[in-house]
Amino acid sequence: MIREHFRVMVVDLAAGSGNPVDLEGRDTLAGGSGLAAELFSRYGKPGGRWDDQDQPLIFAIGPLTGYFPLMSKTVCSFKSPYHNQYTESHGGGRSALCLRFADLDALVITGKAKRPSCLTVGSRHLELKDISYLWGADVYATGKMLRRAEKGSGHRSILRIGPAGESGSAMACINVDSYRHFGRLGGGCVMGSKNLKAIVIHGDAVLPLPENREYPAVFDEVYKKLTATDMMSKYHNLGTPVNMAVLNEIKSLPVRNLQKTSDPAIEGITGETFARDALLRNAACSGCPIGCIHIGFVREKFMEENQYLYRQVSYDHEPIFAAGAMLGVNDCFAVLSLLDAAEKMGIDVMSCGVALAWATEASEKGLLSEKETIIPLRFGDPASYKEAIRHLSVGTTDFYRLLGQGALKAAARYGGAEFACVLGQEMAGYATGEVFFTSQALGFRHSHLDSAGYSYDQKHKAKDVKEAVDFLLEDERGRAFLTSMVSCLFARNVYTDELLGQCLTAVGYGALASSMKGVSLHIQKLRWKARMATGFDPDGVTVPKRFTEVVTESGPVDASYLEELKNEYAGRIRQLATDAGQ
Amino acid sequence: MFLVDMHRIERYSDCRTVQTDGTPRGTRKNPGRGRHVKILSPSRMERCIGCHSCSLACARLVHKLLSWDAAGIRIMSSGGLSSGFEARTCLACDPAPCVDACPTGAYSQRRGGGVITRMKLCIRCGKCAPACPVDAIYLDTSGQPFVCIHCGRCVPFCPHQCLETIDAAQGHHPGVAE
Repeated sequence: MIREHFRVMVVDLAAGSGNPVDLEGRDTLAGGSGLAAELFSRYGKPGGRWDDQDQPLIFAIGPLTGYFPLMSKTVCSFKSPYHNQYTESHGGGRSALCLRFADLDALVITGKAKRPSCLTVGSRHLELKDISYLWGADVYATGKMLRRAEKGSGHRSILRIGPAGESGSAMACINVDSYRHFGRLGGGCVMGSKNLKAIVIHGDAVLPLPENREYPAVFDEVYKKLTATDMMSKYHNLGTPVNMAVLNEIKSLPVRNLQKTSDPAIEGITGETFARDALLRNAACSGCPIGCIHIGFVREKFMEENQYLYRQVSYDHEPIFAAGAMLGVNDCFAVLSLLDAAEKMGIDVMSCGVALAWATEASEKGLLSEKETIIPLRFGDPASYKEAIRHLSVGTTDFYRLLGQGALKAAARYGGAEFACVLGQEMAGYATGEVFFTSQALGFRHSHLDSAGYSYDQKHKAKDVKEAVDFLLEDERGRAFLTSMVSCLFARNVYTDELLGQCLTAVGYGALASSMKGVSLHIQKLRWKARMATGFDPDGVTVPKRFTEVVTESGPVDASYLEELKNEYAGRIRQLATDAGQ
Repeated sequence: MFLVDMHRIERYSDCRTVQTDGTPRGTRKNPGRGRHVKILSPSRMERCIGCHSCSLACARLVHKLLSWDAAGIRIMSSGGLSSGFEARTCLACDPAPCVDACPTGAYSQRRGGGVITRMKLCIRCGKCAPACPVDAIYLDTSGQPFVCIHCGRCVPFCPHQCLETIDAAQGHHPGVAE
């Protein structure tokens, strides 16, 4: 519902009850990222460990969620088990619209359930159920069981974890409605630490619309831009995997633990190949007509006499890079089988693939043996990786348990830190150069979506440190506002500041519309303040040597330029956090 | 087969106007002629991506609400997202069982199939929803029913052309896929 204040449900898992809270601040926090940072400052313990029972797990939507297309994402924030600092992870599926129709701007989950549990919330519903019988079940089985147990097919969102979240892996993700995820930095592990196997959000309220002429007119304008122009065709057509061939061509695709940046054998895992050979269909997040979710299939012969089973698995550029190019696996169906294995266990496939790439090179160099890895890890061997994904998810040995905390943690014990492809967390699928490496290493979420550093690398050849860092910070500011709405970042070229202002005004948030620039800067600072309060030291960030050995189409990476960028960006981030504290 | 053909003809000949059957203005293909009553047909649901744009458009444009329930068409997954989607919407029955169930005349038979609704007569008894054999009627918490009026305003919002309006006279069942 359109309100000046936020309506937040604060749940205490230990008590098995919740408390609806009204919170002021619409005109300064907006929602999403801004609201989540404020909620962490209220309910979080910045100095406490990530698994302190009182630490909150926060889900927040924004003022435009449900009212406009592609306002279809949810911000999940928490203190990360990966680095014990505040972070955000963004996911879609039905989660955002379900929160809207549960009439909640945010859900804050604190405490630890006494038994493995499922939290169900709706507009007139709150319940904590004991589902001990599902502890240990994989993501698929958990989804099937919960679908049967819960009413509301089609208008509910089922968030759940797999064995990785239960085992304490810092790479565990939260699966959202089978094909989407709060993927990175260990949200699934936080759920596991709270004995929270699943969350079901029922979107069961009917809400009033603004009674004015502007709203339908602005809605139609947005809808036309999204569907009647080619602005979104990249995502609708081949989807993000179109990047595979493009990055390979310009020598910017991380291959075999970033030992190379292009591979002549990439043809088997390009977006074109996936679409031609493995694409079953597309799907969409609720409230988004684009349908960027690409679903392929895995077909396995499980018995003689031609007995097969099949499963459906979503794919994107990042998972293909991590389970394909990075591991030297160049067959689209082999990649899909690895994505399927990771989905099942509830582990973030990006972190998982990059960590296993490090382990493979460490094995080649003799730093690891089968005593640690159990099975031999070899680039281009999907059968071994499939086994390794299971070991990494459940933490079969000390080695896998350590690797599940991050490749650099394992490297600290076994050696090989210089070739661990870690930029704040396991790298994303872009090896475009110095600006991207800086943006991921120091970016708020350590995500390729924090700012368009990968794009800057391709468009700007001059090595102007100030200009590059100005770009990163300005781009991050704009994105922080979009993720407070909460928009899918794929729509960032459609939702210009002007159009966002019209949308906000049309639903009655004129004051917020008139102060967007100031609010976005405030949110940017607020997030950095929360991050710094939990221990982030931008000056302590190191970029492993492997990144300085990269050669792209533009030539070898310039280590001194990278260092200058890092120093400048670190200083500016510190300044933002300081400003926020004043 | 013969009976079906007769039924088609009967429905066609009975379709005098669209103006009086509850269909909003501006949705007639041939205004003034009045012979072609349209019905909504989710003919290509195998293409559905589950974006809910149709339901949201119906609630927004017809009922002035933000909802994916209070709408004449609701999208459900048919056994989890991996099994695709189905549309819960009026199949344009004639005679319509929901009309028989309505004790106050709030629902009356629409020529060409489906119902004409007059909400002023509705006492929120909730009898219509269970009478529908395909669960196409949604009752909100006050008991107000929402059912498809076959206006077709959801159709242009489907990005994959899953939906269309067809001549009721064609006798084509709206539940038959292409």
